[in-house]
Amino acid sequence: MITRADTLARAATLRATFEAAGAVPVETPILQPADTLLDLYGEDIRARAYITSDALRGEQMLRPDFTVPVVEMHMSHGAEPARYTYSGEVFRRQEHDPDRANEYIQVGYEVFDRANPAAADAEVFTLFAQAVAPLNLRAATGDIGVLMAAVRGLRTTDARKAALLRHIWRPRRFRALLERYAGRLPVAAQRARLLEGALSDDAPLIGKRSQAEIDARVALLRADAAEPPLNGAEVDLLDALLNVRETMPYALAQLRDIAVDLPSIAAAVDGLAARAEALAASDVDVDGLPFEASFGRTSMEYYDGFVFGFFSAQRADLPAIATGGRYDALTRRLGNGAEIPAVGGVLRPGLMLELEAQA
Amino acid sequence: MSVKLGVPSKGRLMEKTFDWFRARGVTLTRTGADREYAGAVEGVTGVSLVLLSAAEVPRELAAGRLHFGVTGADLVQEKLPLWEQQLEPLAELGFGHADLVLAVPKAWVDVDTLDDLDAVATAFRAAHGMRLRIATKYHRLVREHLRHAGVADYALVDSQGATEGTVANETAEMIADITSSGETLRANHLKVLDDAPILRSQATLWRSRVADLSDEERGIAAALMSHLGSE
Repeated sequence: MITRADTLARAATLRATFEAAGAVPVETPILQPADTLLDLYGEDIRARAYITSDALRGEQMLRPDFTVPVVEMHMSHGAEPARYTYSGEVFRRQEHDPDRANEYIQVGYEVFDRANPAAADAEVFTLFAQAVAPLNLRAATGDIGVLMAAVRGLRTTDARKAALLRHIWRPRRFRALLERYAGRLPVAAQRARLLEGALSDDAPLIGKRSQAEIDARVALLRADAAEPPLNGAEVDLLDALLNVRETMPYALAQLRDIAVDLPSIAAAVDGLAARAEALAASDVDVDGLPFEASFGRTSMEYYDGFVFGFFSAQRADLPAIATGGRYDALTRRLGNGAEIPAVGGVLRPGLMLELEAQA
Repeated sequence: MSVKLGVPSKGRLMEKTFDWFRARGVTLTRTGADREYAGAVEGVTGVSLVLLSAAEVPRELAAGRLHFGVTGADLVQEKLPLWEQQLEPLAELGFGHADLVLAVPKAWVDVDTLDDLDAVATAFRAAHGMRLRIATKYHRLVREHLRHAGVADYALVDSQGATEGTVANETAEMIADITSSGETLRANHLKVLDDAPILRSQATLWRSRVADLSDEERGIAAALMSHLGSE
């Protein structure tokens, strides 16, 4: 039986390792203002976080992660470059799987550094790889930035690209949009009449959404209908890209092939290559390191570049023991105009002890 | 000791439930004064009738205080996470049909599907600096449905009654509610999205998987189930 004291002791050891790597230890309140998190994640977060409230401060959330408060803290008064470490409880509401913990200890390491993104990525990955090395975990890596570059490079309207980018993290909706823009879905009769201007409705307008907003959207729909469908070859390239799943050297070779026809990803692929070199320079076995283009698309909403995770091959029922990635855009959203490239990760000492106890 | 059967205490749901049991040889009656929630069971011995609000039946079954109960699938799925582990559906009773649907103002000619809703929700947030509000009492079901569909920029606001009126009152932009005929929606200038409803529900007879049964009660429960044709 692993006690809370065991877990806290391991968390302290891990945090000391991160401090030795140059990080400043930081603390964040357990109660977080709900607004920021709701703005960032949308209503979904209510299913994943515990919310409480009082009459003075309104809705508060039991800290579902450290990244957001640490970024806020850094953006308001951090010096650059900065490295932070922390450990403490996070709380996750569980409604489907009673075996998943709703409260657990996380230890994290975050780097805010403009100088050399590839080196910062490699630094974070290497630290986590070393921390979990005795557990013999399976590593997974990906790069959301390559996907975003591919979407930005499609030869279509900015409105379509913006919609696709918004749904990078929701594969089902992303797919539906892609099919629609590619002209592969039939237009419903009602929608066809609207586009032709043959739809009249005398229902009174109720609610806050104005007639001007409705008219603007109808105009957008008509403009979009007048656009040619996405080029089928480009859609196929995007599919090929989403399906890349290889060890790093082969993945890079495949991505370079795709970049010949989809030149918009070339810079992102160069970034991936630079990261691979930086990883090799820190003694990571890059030749054996898996790369999966779709990794991180379902659960890691604020990551927009490098993503990684460490999983137990023997205990596939366990969530990731460690996860992390680059979140430059998050610093922009929380920075009130300021931004800084940032990368970091968290690991779960409780799960590490559980795996060690079984070994 | 007896086996406890929970039935909605009021209105058409109660009467139709009584009819359904009577057709299977089990007579349920309300006893005592008109406003007293007491009942009797004839046709099978050892069963006692508990009259209560349909909304409380799921919780009572899950707590094991009822052995059997009649209520809508909507209420069970909204109120009980992992409901399959706690309750077993024995029979759909063929009445109390209702769909949980998403409805928007009929004047939103540009919105027919969840696809549209997603786009409109994002534009609404940009225009108004707030997320599009959906009034409902089915928070869990609506949230899961929208998450599954990949719709994110919305906020649920709680509405425990007269939900159809919230849009005209500008306390919400749209609603998610139970409807059987759609008449109330139409009267309030709302239309249902074309996609499949969030849930199709009807009155259902449930068995609690967690309620304790003595040997004697086990016999009574088996007799009741065989009467009702669900052994």
